[in-house]
Amino acid sequence: MTVASPNDFQDSLQPQGWLRYFSFSLDHKVIGLQYLVTGFLFYFIGGAMAGVIRAELASPISDFVSRETYNEVLTLHGTVMIFLWIVPVVNGGFGNYLIPFYVGARDMAFPRLNAVAFWMIPPAGILLIGSYFITGAAQSGWTAYPPLSLTTPALGQVVWIVSVLLLGGSSIFGGINFIATVLKLRRPGLKLMQLPMYCWAMLGTSILVVLSTPVLAGTLLLLSFDIVAHTGFFNPALGGNVVVYQHLFWFYSHPAVYIMVLPAFGLVSEILPIHARKPLFGYTTMVYSIMAIVVLGLVVWAHHMFTSGTPPWMRLFFTIATSFIAVPTGIKFFNWLATLWGGKLALNSAMLFSCAFIVNFVFGGITGVALAQVPFDIHVHDTYFVVGHFHYIVYGGTVFVIFASIYHWYPKFTGRMLNEDLGRLHFLLTFVGFNLCFAPQHWLGLNGMPRRVAEYDPSFTTLNQISSVGALLMAISSLPFLYNVLVSAFRGQVAGDNPWNALTPEWLTSSPPPVENWIGAAPLVEHPYGYGVDEETLSLEAATGKDLWSGAGRR
Amino acid sequence: MTSLATSTSAAEAVTAEAHEGHADLRLFGLATFLVADGMTFAGFFAAYLTFRAVNPLPAGSTYELELLLPSINTMLLLVSSYTFHRSGRHLLLGQMGPCRAWLLLTAGLGAAFLAGQMIEYFTLPFGLTDNLFASTFYALTGFHGLHVTLGVICILLVWFQTRQGGRVTSAAPFGLEAAELYWHFVDGIWVVLYGILYLL
Repeated sequence: MTVASPNDFQDSLQPQGWLRYFSFSLDHKVIGLQYLVTGFLFYFIGGAMAGVIRAELASPISDFVSRETYNEVLTLHGTVMIFLWIVPVVNGGFGNYLIPFYVGARDMAFPRLNAVAFWMIPPAGILLIGSYFITGAAQSGWTAYPPLSLTTPALGQVVWIVSVLLLGGSSIFGGINFIATVLKLRRPGLKLMQLPMYCWAMLGTSILVVLSTPVLAGTLLLLSFDIVAHTGFFNPALGGNVVVYQHLFWFYSHPAVYIMVLPAFGLVSEILPIHARKPLFGYTTMVYSIMAIVVLGLVVWAHHMFTSGTPPWMRLFFTIATSFIAVPTGIKFFNWLATLWGGKLALNSAMLFSCAFIVNFVFGGITGVALAQVPFDIHVHDTYFVVGHFHYIVYGGTVFVIFASIYHWYPKFTGRMLNEDLGRLHFLLTFVGFNLCFAPQHWLGLNGMPRRVAEYDPSFTTLNQISSVGALLMAISSLPFLYNVLVSAFRGQVAGDNPWNALTPEWLTSSPPPVENWIGAAPLVEHPYGYGVDEETLSLEAATGKDLWSGAGRR
Repeated sequence: MTSLATSTSAAEAVTAEAHEGHADLRLFGLATFLVADGMTFAGFFAAYLTFRAVNPLPAGSTYELELLLPSINTMLLLVSSYTFHRSGRHLLLGQMGPCRAWLLLTAGLGAAFLAGQMIEYFTLPFGLTDNLFASTFYALTGFHGLHVTLGVICILLVWFQTRQGGRVTSAAPFGLEAAELYWHFVDGIWVVLYGILYLL
């Protein structure tokens, strides 16, 4: 009996080559890239909407688009960026690609469910964006607070609800898959505390997804009854209660912040040790910090509602709980700094974006702790301060990590390197543009400019124009990036299997990897961050008895 | 293995090795999904309890409900959990006859529950949009009834699959076990729902 390549055993009904990226493929790597590319398409659509918003706000009067269009674009921008870009990309995209490698598996636990979860996204996205052109999109912001969402045009709002329900379902299916894969599909001999940090981040994230997303789904069902069947759950005119909607909505949507940010924490924990050539500092505290964030993240939601008539005991509890989250988050930041400290840093594009992430996120974190304090929050609630704060978290935090991850894992995806010079240009434009765009918004908010408006007091004009110039820079910054990823796939320098000399399992196979991830058995990686450690203590031999790391792969 | 497979058996052996078939995780996945489903109900329950605590009903409306029919319904569901359990025991022992009979009885109890629910709906003095309590009542019981309906369909499907030569056997009991886990979950939700909606 000869051992043939696993490629011989593919389901012959599955299309091959580039066509498989348009198919109902069950391969976790194909699904991961499907998520990633789809996510980037929606990122550019959502970015164009942000462009419309910043163009409108470049002058104090409403002159670029009509007010209704402005509200539609504002709602779609938030919804697209959260549900169609960040959540699918950091969870579904990198999660599906990397987690099976990290646990030493051939695929996810439920490959079919995985494909179903991905294919729920394009219809949801088409519904959502199509609603703008056909019926008119929802106008009540991504929070869809009643009674506003009950008085704006109903059809767009219902389409919005259907779309978000589809995306929530996709997210739950993904979460179930990640939990089963990380807990149950580990290669024999691989212990939980030997997993790369991204596995822990995805486990924590998926617990949040499974526990909180269904609550949003139920709430939106009730909201749709209010719109379609004229029940009065959230309609004060019919004896309903709008604050109950806010509680249920934020029970999902605050954990959603961690659903967007924890995977980024995990990804950056993979990138920093490799390019600093040092072990990840404080592995155990990192794990417990993630789990602490998961637990605390579920009990802080009402800090979004300090101006909604919350009683004093509730304000006290949620202020204290929210402030506590700074502790595990702070532990993670000091661990990353300690990982960098004294390392042999390679300041390439992936590292530049990762380091900028640390800077941006600390700033967003500090304004977050400030916002958790009731007196301060009441002053800046629903102002541009909040807009500045959460863009520092989701853009300065997560999106910077997504770019870092693209520069880091592109050689794994394609077998070719991205151009470093274009990468640094991309970083420079993004970093300057981002800070120019969102830093002034803190001043605007402190001085009282409300969010979600198309017109504002003329005294805010200069800072708004600076912000719009920053947005333009960010738009320009995507050009070198786009050129880079498109052209490098064909003309980029050939990367080799392990261009970063990394020790995490996804680099211990060819680039791009074979269909079943490894030819032969999966390696047992007990020390994914064993940089600078004596080779003899590392036990890198695969179960096959072959040392996969010897020779050119190691420093 | 049939004679068709002789030419491919070598390839299959390699495939089996390459795939390293892992443990069956489908029940684990279903249990995780039921946690998520339970959170949807938890959200509804929290909303109902909050409405009840802070939103007074308009004059003339009441939270009082007829107790006899829902109590009988509760008994029906509890008994159906037991009958499903018996069915599962017989399946594992390979006794397909009793297994299928208990399954049918379970489906019958589920259908009786739904019929009881319908009778209650048609005799209630309020409609969906009458007041906040009415809306919440119909949303909660309706969402649960949807789960029971799905459960009855699943049981009938499993009953079909346990026939001679079907997919569900004592060696491959997943279909029945999954339906049973789901059914116990739906029953458990009903007990909580009965407690806070009818008894509280």
